[in-house]
Amino acid sequence: MELNKLSLSEIKIGLEKGDFTSTELTSHYLERIDKHDEQLNSFISVTSDHALEQAKAADQRYKNEDALPLDGIPIAHKDIFCTKGILTTCGSRMLSNFESPYSATVYEKLDKQGMVMLGKTNMDEFAMGSSNETSFFGKVKNPWNQDYVPGGSSGGSAACVSAELAPVATATDTGGSIRQPASLCGLTGIKPTYGRVSRYGMIAFASSLDQGGVIARSAEDAALVLEAMSGHDPKDSTSLNLDAPDLTANLNDSIKGMKIGLPKEFFDREIPSFVENSIEEAIAVYKDLGAEIVEVSLKNINLSLPVYYIIAPAECSANLSRYDGVRYGYRCEDPENIEDLFMRTREEGFGAEVKRRILIGTYALSAGYYDAYYLKAQKCRQLVANDFNEAFKNVDVILSPTTPGTSFKAGEKTNDPIEMYLQDIFTIPANLAGLPGLSIPCGEHNGLPLGMQLVGNSLEEAKLLQFAHSFQSNTNWHKKMPNI
Amino acid sequence: MSVNLDNWEAVIGLEIHVQLSTKSKLFSGASTDFGALPNTQACNIDLALPGVLPVLNEEVLKMAIKLGKALNAEINSPTSFARKNYFYPDSPKGYQISQMDKPIVETGYLDIETEEGKKRIGVTRAHLEEDAGKSLHDDFEGQSGIDLNRAGTPLLEIVSEPEINSPQEAVAYLKSIHSIIRYLDISDGNMAEGSMRCDANVSVRKKGEKDLGIRTETKNVNSFRFVEKAIQYEIERQIHEIESGNKITQETRLYDSQTNTTRPMRSKEFANDYRYFPEPDLLPINLDKSFIDEVMATMPEMPSEKKERFISEFGLSAYDAELLAADKDLADFFEDVNAVSKSPKLSANWIMGELSAELNNENLTIRESKVTSNKLGQLILRIEDGTISGKIAKEIFEKLWSSDNEVDEIIQSEGLEQVTDDKEIESMIDEVINSNPEQLEQYRSGKDRLFGFFVGQVMKASQGKANPKQVNDILRKKLEK
Amino acid sequence: MSLSDQELKEIAYLARINVKDESLSALKVELEEILKLFEELNEADTSEVDAMSHPLDLSQPVRKDEVTEKNEREELLKNAPSAKSGLFLVPKVIEGEG
Repeated sequence: MELNKLSLSEIKIGLEKGDFTSTELTSHYLERIDKHDEQLNSFISVTSDHALEQAKAADQRYKNEDALPLDGIPIAHKDIFCTKGILTTCGSRMLSNFESPYSATVYEKLDKQGMVMLGKTNMDEFAMGSSNETSFFGKVKNPWNQDYVPGGSSGGSAACVSAELAPVATATDTGGSIRQPASLCGLTGIKPTYGRVSRYGMIAFASSLDQGGVIARSAEDAALVLEAMSGHDPKDSTSLNLDAPDLTANLNDSIKGMKIGLPKEFFDREIPSFVENSIEEAIAVYKDLGAEIVEVSLKNINLSLPVYYIIAPAECSANLSRYDGVRYGYRCEDPENIEDLFMRTREEGFGAEVKRRILIGTYALSAGYYDAYYLKAQKCRQLVANDFNEAFKNVDVILSPTTPGTSFKAGEKTNDPIEMYLQDIFTIPANLAGLPGLSIPCGEHNGLPLGMQLVGNSLEEAKLLQFAHSFQSNTNWHKKMPNI
Repeated sequence: MSVNLDNWEAVIGLEIHVQLSTKSKLFSGASTDFGALPNTQACNIDLALPGVLPVLNEEVLKMAIKLGKALNAEINSPTSFARKNYFYPDSPKGYQISQMDKPIVETGYLDIETEEGKKRIGVTRAHLEEDAGKSLHDDFEGQSGIDLNRAGTPLLEIVSEPEINSPQEAVAYLKSIHSIIRYLDISDGNMAEGSMRCDANVSVRKKGEKDLGIRTETKNVNSFRFVEKAIQYEIERQIHEIESGNKITQETRLYDSQTNTTRPMRSKEFANDYRYFPEPDLLPINLDKSFIDEVMATMPEMPSEKKERFISEFGLSAYDAELLAADKDLADFFEDVNAVSKSPKLSANWIMGELSAELNNENLTIRESKVTSNKLGQLILRIEDGTISGKIAKEIFEKLWSSDNEVDEIIQSEGLEQVTDDKEIESMIDEVINSNPEQLEQYRSGKDRLFGFFVGQVMKASQGKANPKQVNDILRKKLEK
Repeated sequence: MSLSDQELKEIAYLARINVKDESLSALKVELEEILKLFEELNEADTSEVDAMSHPLDLSQPVRKDEVTEKNEREELLKNAPSAKSGLFLVPKVIEGEG
């Protein structure tokens, strides 16, 4: 039995039956990390001792027959989630020495379900990037082809799951940071409705857009972990006051008669033909399954990119002001005075992309430009949201490519911010509207995987996963894994 | 600096920061107690650790609604928070959560008493925001120490219209706000500890001019007296500058109570731009009517209402009623005394006379009074029922102040009951008349004012215990004979 | 949309990020490219739209006024770059600055 090939439910059954212990499983994954991650660089910290302790405790619970729902199942956490007593860097020099004194709600919820933390995954600095090239801890490589990027910002989470260094990983998505790397690494990634997953202890990039989620090898695996992560948290004022949804009960239900919307504006764009072909094949699969295909219009969707690149930097410019070298984190050497402490700590502690966005955001919020940029962007954001509301009156899900193409070579887009930003052209709208979205593998080009995106109406994660699962029950794209 | 103020008019607006007396902070569950060891009341939210989020304290909404009602203002619903961005070592997030477009309280007013009578001062707004920490400057080898215990303590910033025209009016307005927050019990209002702080926007213009002059903002004024002095100084300075042909610079100035002057704060290379925007970690707050009604039901009687009641219910003079009602503790003490004594006028006199004098002497607040309201009530009751004279009462009051004894105990053990027996008084009077034949002669030959001499002698003979009215009556009869 | 050196320096100061003189011009070009992207919004008619500051159309939850946090100073100070006597140390702050 190849332990690293097992799905989460197979792991659970194996642990229950005593085919293997959590300690064996955890050790197996730790060995794989040890063997392969020097090349891939998908982890910033590997928490072996902590993992083995958790695994031991889980094994004891299995022995006592009082195992928790996800007991003993290993998971990797994006290094954006604070973990008590463990280095939490957010991929930045600024927090390269920060041992969080508290844990994120997401971590605590999964810990309470018995999940074993293998380590903290690499990411673009403060979740700003689409290629995982902005991390202070170095680039992450795409396991499918190591010359290529894994996507970002949750590049480490995607790479480690894809390389089978972890069965599943947490991730976050502000403009596509779960779905884009899932697409580029041939995985299933879901970002739930804004407010489903607590943001407490999840280091903020853009508060009104950030949302935690999962990168997994299948919709079924993703459903199990997302359900465990979700639910109301009184520590997060923007958390929805709803119990965690049941995401697995309807996974196997038929989608017959349900409607898939194709936004014509997305398909009006210039998309490479291999992308178009893959999407058409996926649509054909859904038609065979009895779904109805409807054209929808999201007429303001083209505003999404500029809206996002005003709102996200504006919010981040304030969210990142706390990194000032006073209370924790990086501090510059020998500051002359308080201004020098601030100016140099932030010059040296942040990387180029983070500084670029802080400056853009500062500019967009400044007195002379607030109305023209920030306020205008908020109004346009409403237009984008309104389009989705209209569309969901007629369809169950909206289907599109996740990314404009397959992965690209490291360094290819680093000198052109706008070219990099276009990576998220299909994923950003769901964040603006606060809607759930997922990406599942639906094709391949030159040995690199490609994903399609499904966006659902507010709170309809279960329906999205049902669509994803019925696709995966009838195709094999999600079963393809890279050779490393 | 001497200037002629006669041709000038000052235009003053006050921004008053009131620290709300909640148990926990505005957005965290850390304690707000004053005077704890540095950083022992600063939790991960107050320290702005990565990933933390604010959760609003419900109590501050109630407090703000009460203040709004007391200021005859509108309560905004929804009301919302905004981020005010600026870097300062004691501002942990690099922004302050404050309110911009939708402050919880808007458009109210307050009536103050001035020399020319009642004057209405507009209140532009009152909004909720977080306090900053403190920078301690002493003795860290040339460095400053940051204490974040105060960071996140809730503040209400009350902004007046520029409708105040003199330092005296400013103080009256400030005192009136102080009285209101004490009445509402939403802050201890202690200016020395910084739980009430005042910034003054001051400009001057020639009398009769319509346009406002350029204003300065004076910060760091931490007592009623300093507010008056700082504004006075700033008015005179501005007039002096203008009359010397200089222009006023729009700037922030610090008041120095040692020298009684204001000086400009070091100006920055670039102007400040706070880049306010809606706080994305908090949602707009809907204050529904039932919530507001619930809060309203807990509104106490306010100073002006109390004053009117003291006049109509107890027949106090407007002056006495105003003085007593201005301070909630004093007013409560008065009502407690009166509940026992059933003599409002005498109760008021005693509180504002003997009691105030003793409190002032020992620099105590009314709450710290060594004579309880119950004892003072008893004492006045004994005057009213004729057991003791007013003069003896003063002696007893001194004894109450310095001991734990009860009023009646002192009267009995020291035999201080008033002599009210006609015969006993007559015999004392006879003795006095007999031993002062000369004065009797003079009185009877027309020197009326010697009557007082006889009264004094009789009172002396009775050791002050004779009932003065009876002494008067009997003495008059006897002397006329 | 073009930025002057002075404007860029002001923004960098507001954000308290030191920008070396030699990198000003390259940064300016990058930022101008991004600002150009924003011009696409000018075409949108937003005269009848309310600003959307949040994806959730809900009212703010509140908590009871209770002290729930205990003193964790020693734990929290562990991450401080410089601390003494329970205080975070910084270069001398001049009173009234800021």
